[in-house]
Parts: sequence; C-alpha cells; structure tokens
Amino acid sequence: MLELVQASTYAADIDRLILLIGVIVGVWFLLAEGIFFWLIWKFRAKPGERTQYLDGTEKHVKKWITIPHALVLVCDVFILVGAVSVWYNVKQQLPDADSTIRVIGQQWAWTFQHPGADNELDTGDDIFTVGDLHVEVEKTYHFQLQSRDVLHSFSVPVFRLKQDAIPGRSITGWFTPTRTGEHDVQCSEICGIGHGVMAARIHIEDANTHAAWINRSSAATTP
Amino acid sequence: MADTLAEVQKQEVHGHDHDHHDQGFVSKYIFSTDHKIIAMQYLFTGMLMGVIGGYMAYVFRMQLAFPGISVPGFGQVSPGEYNSLITNHGSIMIFWVAMPVLIAAFGNYLIPLMIGADDMVFPRINRLSFQVFFVSSVVLLLSLFVEGGGFGGAWTSYPPLSASGDYNLTQLGASLWLIAVALEFVAFLLGGINFITTLMNSRAPGMKAYDIPMVCWMIVIASILFMLSVGPLLAGAVMLLFDQTLNTGFYDPARGGDPILWQHLFWFFGHPEVYVVLLPAIGITVDVMATFSRKKLFGYKLVLYTAVATGVLSFFVWAHHQFIAGIDPRMANVFTVTTLLISVPIAEMLFVMIATLYGGSITLTTPMLWALAFLAEFLIGGVTGIFLGASGADIYFHDTYFVLAHFHYTFFPIAIIGTFCAFTYWFPKMFGKMMNETLGKIHFWGTIIPFNFIFIPLFVLGMGGQHRRIYNFEHFPEIAGPEYFQLRQIATIALLIMLAFQAVFFFNVVMSWWKGEKAGRNPWRANTLEWTTESPPPHGNWPVEDLPTVYRGPYEYGHPDREEDYWPQNLPG
Repeated sequence: MLELVQASTYAADIDRLILLIGVIVGVWFLLAEGIFFWLIWKFRAKPGERTQYLDGTEKHVKKWITIPHALVLVCDVFILVGAVSVWYNVKQQLPDADSTIRVIGQQWAWTFQHPGADNELDTGDDIFTVGDLHVEVEKTYHFQLQSRDVLHSFSVPVFRLKQDAIPGRSITGWFTPTRTGEHDVQCSEICGIGHGVMAARIHIEDANTHAAWINRSSAATTP
Repeated sequence: MADTLAEVQKQEVHGHDHDHHDQGFVSKYIFSTDHKIIAMQYLFTGMLMGVIGGYMAYVFRMQLAFPGISVPGFGQVSPGEYNSLITNHGSIMIFWVAMPVLIAAFGNYLIPLMIGADDMVFPRINRLSFQVFFVSSVVLLLSLFVEGGGFGGAWTSYPPLSASGDYNLTQLGASLWLIAVALEFVAFLLGGINFITTLMNSRAPGMKAYDIPMVCWMIVIASILFMLSVGPLLAGAVMLLFDQTLNTGFYDPARGGDPILWQHLFWFFGHPEVYVVLLPAIGITVDVMATFSRKKLFGYKLVLYTAVATGVLSFFVWAHHQFIAGIDPRMANVFTVTTLLISVPIAEMLFVMIATLYGGSITLTTPMLWALAFLAEFLIGGVTGIFLGASGADIYFHDTYFVLAHFHYTFFPIAIIGTFCAFTYWFPKMFGKMMNETLGKIHFWGTIIPFNFIFIPLFVLGMGGQHRRIYNFEHFPEIAGPEYFQLRQIATIALLIMLAFQAVFFFNVVMSWWKGEKAGRNPWRANTLEWTTESPPPHGNWPVEDLPTVYRGPYEYGHPDREEDYWPQNLPG
C-alpha cells in the first residue's frame, strides 16, 4: 500500500470516513461474492437432478432479498452521517483564520499570494510566488481560490483537500497544517496540454523558519 | 386502436419490404431496413470502434508506464496527443462502443425476435438511425487528423477549456468532436423511438407486459432514460458549439456566462447515461443466467421495478460529479443522500441475480461464464462507488485514479463483459453456427484475469494520491517513486496481455462462422421466441402465416407440471 502522510486537521477525519466505508462495503462485498461462488459450486449441474421452481414471490423465499435490502438501507444511514459530518467540517463551515492566502491557477502554473509581514492580503508587502506555497504549521489559513483562464483544481493530497478553481469567482476554503514538511500540490482538473506539468510544492514550516522566509522574501521584493 | 395502427404499419412495412427482395448486395446489406442487418451494421461498427478505443488505451498506458518511449505502432506521445488519446478513448468506449453494441445492435436484433414481430415498427427510421451513427463515427475519426489534432479536453469537455481554441489549442478538433457526439445522440434518439414503439405495439398475441423477456424491457427502459436525459445536453452542446465557433459567451464568466452550467447539463445526462448502458447489460446477464441455471428468474417484477426505480433515481444524483466543482456546499448533502439511496435498488437487483442461482442446475458454458463474471466484477464497481458518492470521502478521491478504476469496474463489465456475454449467447442464432467452447473459455480467462490486474493497481495508485489525465507523473515527486511506477507497469503489462487475448476471440468468430457446428433452432434449450425460428432467422423472422403466439412468461424452467426442464413461450397448453 502507498502510505500518504496526514498533514491537516481534517486529513485523519477523511481517512477515518474512508475506513468506515471500506469496512461496511467490504463486509457486504465479501458476503455477496462468497454466497455467489458458493451457489455456483453448490448448484452445479448434476445428471438427473431437477431444478427447483421458485419465482421469488413466496414470503419465505422473498425474505432473503428483503432483509438484506433493509440492512443496506441501515448501512447507508451510517455512511451518510459520516460523510455529511466530514463534509460539513471541511467545506461548509469556516473556522476563524490566523492568516489568509490567495491561490491563483492559470495555464499552467500556480501563483500564490502570501500576506507578508503585516499578515494582510493586498498590501504592499504581499509575497507572490509561482509554484511554491509557504505556510506555518498549526496556523489556520483561509485560501481564496481563483483562476485566470480555465478550470483548475487545487489539490493537496497530504491535506486530503481538493477544490476546483473557476474563472470569474473567488472560492474561499480553509486548512490547518499539522506537521512540517514539503509536499506536492496538484492541479487535478484537466486544463490543457500543460495539465501534467502544473505542479507546485507546499512548504509547511515551523514558526521560526516561516518568519525567516517572510523576512527574506520581503527583503527581496521590497523596492 | 393501438393494435390496429400497428397492424396497418406492419402491413405497410411488409409490403415495402417485399419490393426489395431481389435487390443486390448494396441495398441488401448497406441500405437495408431489416432489423437484423441494421443490428449487424451497429455490431460491427461498434466492435471496430472498440478496437480503435483499445488501441488508444494501449498507446497512453505505454506512455504512463514507460514515459517518453517511442510506442510501437504510434511513436512518441506528445502531451497534446496524450490528452487527445484519453479524451477520445473515453468518448469512443461510451458513445461508440457501449451504446451502439449493447443498445442499438442487441436492441435491434433481439427486440423484434424476442417479442415475435417481423421487424421494427419504423424500419426506415431505423436505417436512418444507423446512417446518422455511421456519419458520426466518421466525423469523430476525422477529428483526430485535422490541424491541431483531436480534441483533448476530456470526454466531459468542460468549458472554458473546451469553449475556446485559445485554451485547448484544437479549435477544429474540438468542434468536430462536439458535432460527432451530437450526431450520435440524434442517431440514438431515432433508434430509441423505434425500440419503445416496437415493444409497445408489435408484441406477439398473448404476450403481456410481464411475459416480455427482461433484456427487451431493459433496453426499452434505457431508451426512455436516454430520451428524457439527452435534451438538456443537446441544448448545452449547441451552446458550446456557438461558444466555439461564433464566439458567444454562454460559458464565459467574463461575459455573464457560467462554466458550471455546462457541468449541470452534462451530468444531468451523464449520470442517467451510466444506467442507460447498465440496464441492457443487466438484462442480458439475467436472461443468460436463467437459461444456464435452468431457473425461473427470482422475482421478475422485482427486477423490473428496481430497474425503473434506478432509472428514476438516476435523474437526481448528477451533482455528485460536482461536489468540489464550486457548487453550493449545502447541495452536496442532498446529492449524497440520493446517491446513497440508489445503492438500494442496484443492490437489490444484484441480490435477485444471485438468488436466481439458488436451486438451479448450473452449466458453465462460455456465455454463462461471462454472465457470472459480469456480476462478480460489477460488484467491485458498485461498492467502490459508495466511496465517491459519500461527499466527505470524495473530497480526497475526486479526480484520482480511484475514480478511474471505479468506473472501469462498472463500464468494463457493462460494455465488454456484457457484449461478450450477449455475443457468445446469441451467436448461434445470428450466424447459425456454434462457437468453439474451448477457444471461448481461453478468451474468457485471458480477458478476465488481466482485467483485474489492470485496475486493482489503479485503485491503489488512486488511494496514494495519483490524479487523473496526467501525461507524465515525473513532475510530482510524491507520486513519482519506484513503487508507483511498478504499479503503473503492472497495469500496462496486464493490458497488453488482455489485448493479445482478443485475437483468440476474433479467430474464434471467424473459424466458428466458417466451419462451426450447425446450431439448429434452439441449441441452449431456451424459452424465448427468438429460438423458435431458424438460425439465422429469414427476412421477416417467421413465415407470415406462422408468427408465434405467446402462452407464458419467458423463464419457465424446471416447471413441475412438465417433463422437459424448459417450456417455450410459444407452446400451447
């Protein structure tokens, strides 16, 4: 199995939901395939043996369909509760932010606008980078996702985060990194011939490293 | 009233057809109005397109496993060519293989024969349907060779990428692709009208609604779903064509348009479309399973009602393709509910299929193997769909190889296994010869085993974060490690093996057609009406004075009142 680290507060929630679904459908799957192959074996043609004439409307036979049917519905409810609660946490609510960044997709690169030393976007000390996103660990970020041309999708697998970017709109979402490291940022919506090279890196840094990066970058960009 | 109208139409059709008896090859095989010939035209065109779609898969899988190599039979793959290959592979396999073969070919061949009619109600509309379909295939194939190359914006064709040559760099290819798809829809609208009307009006005397073989019901329900869902997409396609060619701004936010509008129109069609191809495949497999387990279908009405329920529900799930596309996040909750609900009728249908085996007498002929494989493999496609329908999990899985593997586990059983199941089952009727069982089984195992080795690694890659439609993963360090490459190579090698085994199938078809054992009227000892006429059936299917009458349902196997273990629908008493 390919192991992917969990680097956001909700990564573990999403993984748990996947595991929950995996267990529920896994049991159903094994049960169904098991019965299926057992029946093929058990009722293989034997000379001289007649088949049973059942049309599936008799109550005592039909219960073999109706009981599993009801159980499927119950399992659906469990999955639904899990799915909606995770979804609500990741996409429907917005915790207060420590900082806000802007993510801009275009054919075929990601531009990141960091707020700089004053921690406010659209001021003179904003730091623009192409292909490198710098964030501080354990800080909650809002991102404003935009596109300059076609659809893109901002995907950070270690966060389990994905959101499409749409030209003409700014979509706000959030994340809180939980461990330092350097990871892939993907564009996961096909965006033309350069879709396969539209890669970026996210640098999750501790407070000191991040502050040093801001200083260094401000010095470099301040006129 | 309806009956008399049908009679009049039948007579007209018949009168018309008699004029054509002594015509030459061209009017008999190219411009024929005979439903069986049109079915063959659809079947062979669809299979040819399937070979082309398979070739495309071979080329891009080689590029993925061995990036940058010169692919034998193609050469080096550029990013633009890669996008065009995946786009057209998807479009071809769904619109030019699954639909023409499962619905048009088998619908055309089987519906009149299974309901005891001499032909379709509208034979000339039927001919027109194939002609439009043929033109659409030609337009699609031509679009690959125009300046700039074929369209590469994925089969979903999302604007703004698809709407402007400035973005997709394939101005002409994109428009031709869109025109081809629209023409294909027109062909299937024409065909669908025919299937529905024929089933309603031309059934043999005595054939009541619950005496109709399931495959006919399923193809007709699928046609109804198609007709109800395709309208919005055709409108959307016209708007997209205007955006491409007249520079209108339906999908351009800068001019008041909305790119998400296309996604709604596309998936409002696109999700029912899944069931449009699924239902005929289910119909085929339940018919084959009943025959080779010598069992009455477990709950005929249950299958029928769950099919209708699935069809109705399929109109309310489309936005599960758009959870993270920027729709109102509250909407995701509604569509998660409807999507999970659809698992209920589908699960029930599969339970019924499994239950049909109980108490049977199962013979593992080649068609039966395909039918059982359909169920075994489709289950994997079904259960993995739950991960994607659950909004919270879809945040991660969306647009990864997990999605890709999931829908190949649905579409491969539908389009490929379903087709082979139907083809091997009805081959004796179509060509009057039996297929070679040994070759059939070699082909079966040579297809099924590699199939799993292609797509199980892709599930793992998807869980590992590999995203779709990427020409070369070397730009993403986290998914460019050797363990990822090994999995990609396993999938590609399995694909090569699977493609190689298809030669066995074509060899078997040719040899069996040429030298096979004579089939006789009813080699499988089955109940339905198509087995009561000669193999292959003559023009008009039965002698005019001897059209069949129906006395019972299609699945009366092992009836206690009868010595034989089957009871054809047309036998009195």
